[in-house]
Parts: sequence; structure tokens; C-alpha cells
Amino acid sequence: MEFKTVLTFCPYCGCGCGLLLEVLDGKIVGTLPSKTSPVNRGRLCVKGWTVHEFVTSPNRLTKPMVRKGDALQESSWDEALNLTAARLKEIKEKYGPDSIGVLTSAKCTNEENYLLQKFARAAIGTNNVDHCARL
Amino acid sequence: MSQKIKEHVQKLLIEGKIKGFLGLREENGNVMPHLFCDAKELDALSSGDWKKAGDTRYPLNQLMIRLAMAYPEESFAVLVRGCDERGLRELFKWKQLNEEKILPVGIGCPDELARACECEKPFPDSLIDGPKGEKADSQKVARVEAMDLDARLQYWKAEFDRCIKCFGCRNVCPMCFCNECSLEEDQLVGTGEIPPVNPTFHLARAIHMVGRCIDCGLCEEACPADIPLRTLYKKVAEIISKEFGYKTGFSADEKSPFNIIEVK
Repeated sequence: MEFKTVLTFCPYCGCGCGLLLEVLDGKIVGTLPSKTSPVNRGRLCVKGWTVHEFVTSPNRLTKPMVRKGDALQESSWDEALNLTAARLKEIKEKYGPDSIGVLTSAKCTNEENYLLQKFARAAIGTNNVDHCARL
Repeated sequence: MSQKIKEHVQKLLIEGKIKGFLGLREENGNVMPHLFCDAKELDALSSGDWKKAGDTRYPLNQLMIRLAMAYPEESFAVLVRGCDERGLRELFKWKQLNEEKILPVGIGCPDELARACECEKPFPDSLIDGPKGEKADSQKVARVEAMDLDARLQYWKAEFDRCIKCFGCRNVCPMCFCNECSLEEDQLVGTGEIPPVNPTFHLARAIHMVGRCIDCGLCEEACPADIPLRTLYKKVAEIISKEFGYKTGFSADEKSPFNIIEVK
């Protein structure tokens, strides 16, 4: 049996509120604000308070999904990536690189965000890059 | 952290009387709740006094309910201040925790904290270490009552107007255990509105604090809008004490006026 709280930071906006994830036997079961974090000093907004809900949500994708006709269907990484690459190429050729925009996320690592903006600027050739924390 | 408490907990663990001690841990300058299952971990014990007395308190009883639901056959010890012990008494009566499985480890609060909390009784009966402080003077409620009714209504409406509906007050409360919360009932408090319906949201919560609020102050500490929630709930407690002669958390058997349903 193990119960502990793990100090981490809210993945949503740019504030960076410190929060504690309650972990019981390896599963995240709740969230508490961190009282020692200088940013939020023991307070959280509703998004911060419900961080544990999305981590364990049954709505999270477990497999890539591809839209076929009207419906999203489970697919493989190969099929999904090949389709995405082919379609992006098509759109870029037909409508130009600025017809594509890339949205990154506060829930990604800095390294992943770096890659995505590199992909947007160098691979696609557009400056249309933004981030969910700005929304 | 008190040496007495550390030794007391150490003994409980070594003698196998408890599966774990639910307390606070200090690590890298941060204080957070932790279940100590091994006596070797006890060097990291914290009393929740980080930069000031009681500034890093957490709703341990709430976490205890979670543990007890997952491991109903195990015994645990838990760090309690005066308010936490009041909470335990009520949680036993509300059948959220089993009295036979919980060993309170009491710590008394210093005067400065008792005064800041205006605490009725700043130490638990199961006191292991810390002072047996005096009941602190009450001023917060009196200050609001000094206003005439019109001014008072304006005062509270203005305070509630800052609410961002983070639910922090409810989420952090060690006494809030309802699976379905009235505050999320669309017909009472409509969704999609900030501030939430004023003053219904806060008055609904205040009424639900009857027989539950132990005056720990965690709600006010968790409010990002600095709404004086404690003052409101203290007034509710005053009314219940006057009208029903009931003081939350002081009796081991007497049920609160809102908890008179017999479970057979």
C-alpha cells in the first residue's frame, strides 16, 4: 500500500500553479493545491482542481483514429501518419503553406513544442504556430 | 516537527498497531500530505508549520476517507489539530470513517494561530504535543454584524461577486463528502455563469455547513478571491448553537440537527 502526494505543475495556462497529485497505489485519485508554491500559494482555479480527471478519463484515446466517411474508426499509427503526411502535402501544394496552422499544447514538453514549431516553420514553411495556453 | 510526535508515531509503526500514519512530509522546502508506512521515513515529518504556524495545513481527514474506502480493514493513525479532531467526531457519526480503525495523533496550536482562527478549542483531546491553548476571541462575525442590514447585504453581494466558481472551498473541505453536490445541481445553481448566482451559491454552501463545518479555515485559504467564507460559516455555527444548542464536533454521540436520520 502506498499513498503519497506528488508536487507538479498545472498543465493548463501560463500561470504555472503548483499542485499536488494524490497517488494511491500508483493511480492518480485527486488534486490538491500546493501551499508552498509561490505562484498560487494554496489556491487553484477550476481547471487546476480537476487535473486528475483528465489523466484517468475513459474518453482519452488509446489508439489512433481515422475518419472514414462520417465516422471515426480505430486505425494503426502507420495508417494515421501516412494519411496525415499525404493530406498535408496535398493541401500545401494546392493552397500554399500558409493555409496550414499548427496548434501546440501546454500539456506537451518543451522539446515536443520545439519540434512542432520546427515542423511548422521548416517542414511546412508557415509561421502559423500558436499554443493553447494563449487561448 | 515535535520529537514527541515522531517517537509516538515510530512506536505505533514498529509495534504494528497501524498500517500507516497519515501526516505531512517536508521535502525540498515543500510540505505535502504523505502516508508514512515505514519508520525510516519519519525524518521528513512536518507539523504543517512552514513559514508561520499552521500555514501548510491540508485536509488530512478527507484523504483518510479515501484510504479507508480502499483499505477498510486496516488501521491508520492521522495527524490532528483541534479542528481535525472535531472533524473526526462528526465523520464517525456520519459513518464516513470507522472509529475503531483511526488513531488520532494530536498536536496543539500556538496562540498566534488560535487567535488568527478565532478557534473555539485550539487543541485536540488526543494531544501528544503542543500547547493546550485558550479559546480565542471572536471578532470577525461581530464586525459584520455591526453593519445595518442594507449595508450587510451590499457587503456580502460584493464579496460573492468576485467568486470564480473554482469550487476550491468545497474541494478542500475535510467535511465535504457528498457524492452528489448541491452546488452542481443545475436547477439550483445554473451552469455557465461567473460569478455563480449571487448569493444563492454561497448561501447554499453555508447551509450545508450546518453540523459539518469544523472551522478549520481551509476554505478561506483556498479561495483565490479572498472571500471571507469563514466569517459566514462562523455565523451559521452561531445560529445553530443558539437555536439547537449544537456545536459541531464537540460531542461523540449527539447528531447534528441536519443528521437525524436513523440508519438501521
